[in-house]
Amino acid sequence: MTLLKLFLSFFKIGLFTFGGGYGMIPLIQQEALAQGWLDAETLYRYIGISESTPGPIAVNMATFVGASRAGLAGSLCATVGVVLPSFVIILLIAAVMKSFRENRFVKAALLGIKPVVAGMIAATGLCIALRCTIVNLGALKGMSVDFRQLGIAAALGLFALVWTKTLKRPFSPILTILVSAALGALIYGV
Amino acid sequence: MRRRIVELFATFFRIGLFTFGGGYAMISLIEDEVGRRRGWIGADELTEVFAIAESTPGPIAINCATYVGYRQAGLAGGVAATLGVVLPSFIIIYVISLCLERFMALTVVANAFRGIQVAVAFLVLRAGVRLIKRLPRRAVNVVACALSAAAVMAVNLFDWRFSTVWLIVCGALLGLALYGGGDRA
Repeated sequence: MTLLKLFLSFFKIGLFTFGGGYGMIPLIQQEALAQGWLDAETLYRYIGISESTPGPIAVNMATFVGASRAGLAGSLCATVGVVLPSFVIILLIAAVMKSFRENRFVKAALLGIKPVVAGMIAATGLCIALRCTIVNLGALKGMSVDFRQLGIAAALGLFALVWTKTLKRPFSPILTILVSAALGALIYGV
Repeated sequence: MRRRIVELFATFFRIGLFTFGGGYAMISLIEDEVGRRRGWIGADELTEVFAIAESTPGPIAINCATYVGYRQAGLAGGVAATLGVVLPSFIIIYVISLCLERFMALTVVANAFRGIQVAVAFLVLRAGVRLIKRLPRRAVNVVACALSAAAVMAVNLFDWRFSTVWLIVCGALLGLALYGGGDRA
């Protein structure tokens, strides 16, 4: 039952992910939290690891969530689920629908999807930022600001600014994660 | 034929193993491996492949692998290339998941992951802002983007029972209604 549910959930996520790996984060966050698979903190930990290990983020996340729910079988079901919609759709396009991209309705639907996905990803980023800087978010009592997280955010922002402005190099995801991990170990360690 | 299939698997395995940071980072490596080095696909068709991968659902790397594999060696090629690009991630993440709990017991690791949360927020927010910047400046886009962002915030922060999949369905329907006529698209 768990395995079937994992497969179906990730099939749905794979089918509705537009705009690359980041596009799946809003979907997976909702699915994982709604089904009670993981808490927000574990989810962000998984995203962090998925960003700093090779391979498509969607596959990394599916394998991770699947493994945490039901071991090797779970990770297989989730990964096959997230890959299958892409695989079938691309086969259909490559084999029979070569004019897919010229299709008027496909173009029109994509034009409508783009702003929606952009809004979803930005809002998800904002929610993650709020959740990690405000403790007990949403609770009337006991809501407080985590100043150490704010400090890490400020230091990370400063580092990114200096890195891109003076070295003229892109601030890659893996560098972002390494710097923030070092900051976390330092600031929470003392 | 069998050699071509093994080659497809090996090439995409390497692509899966050496790309960090998701699908977009893969594009340059795919260009290099599949286009320049092996000449499997010409530059023009490769651009088309990336455009198709972007306009179909699912991870971009998977879409590219399936397409290139199929064009090179049919269904078996598609399976080999897709399997190749997925396998490194799968193995690495599975191994990490086995020892993550023990690893998290170390205070310094737990602290580092608290810092990583900030990085995750930064990266996701940056990806969203980049997509918003690339949108054509039209009133409809601003409204659609703001509404979907508001809905996601409500789902996330106030535990709204509403599947975000519907937002994408609504976006597609809106696009069809606005641009499906063909005149203004």
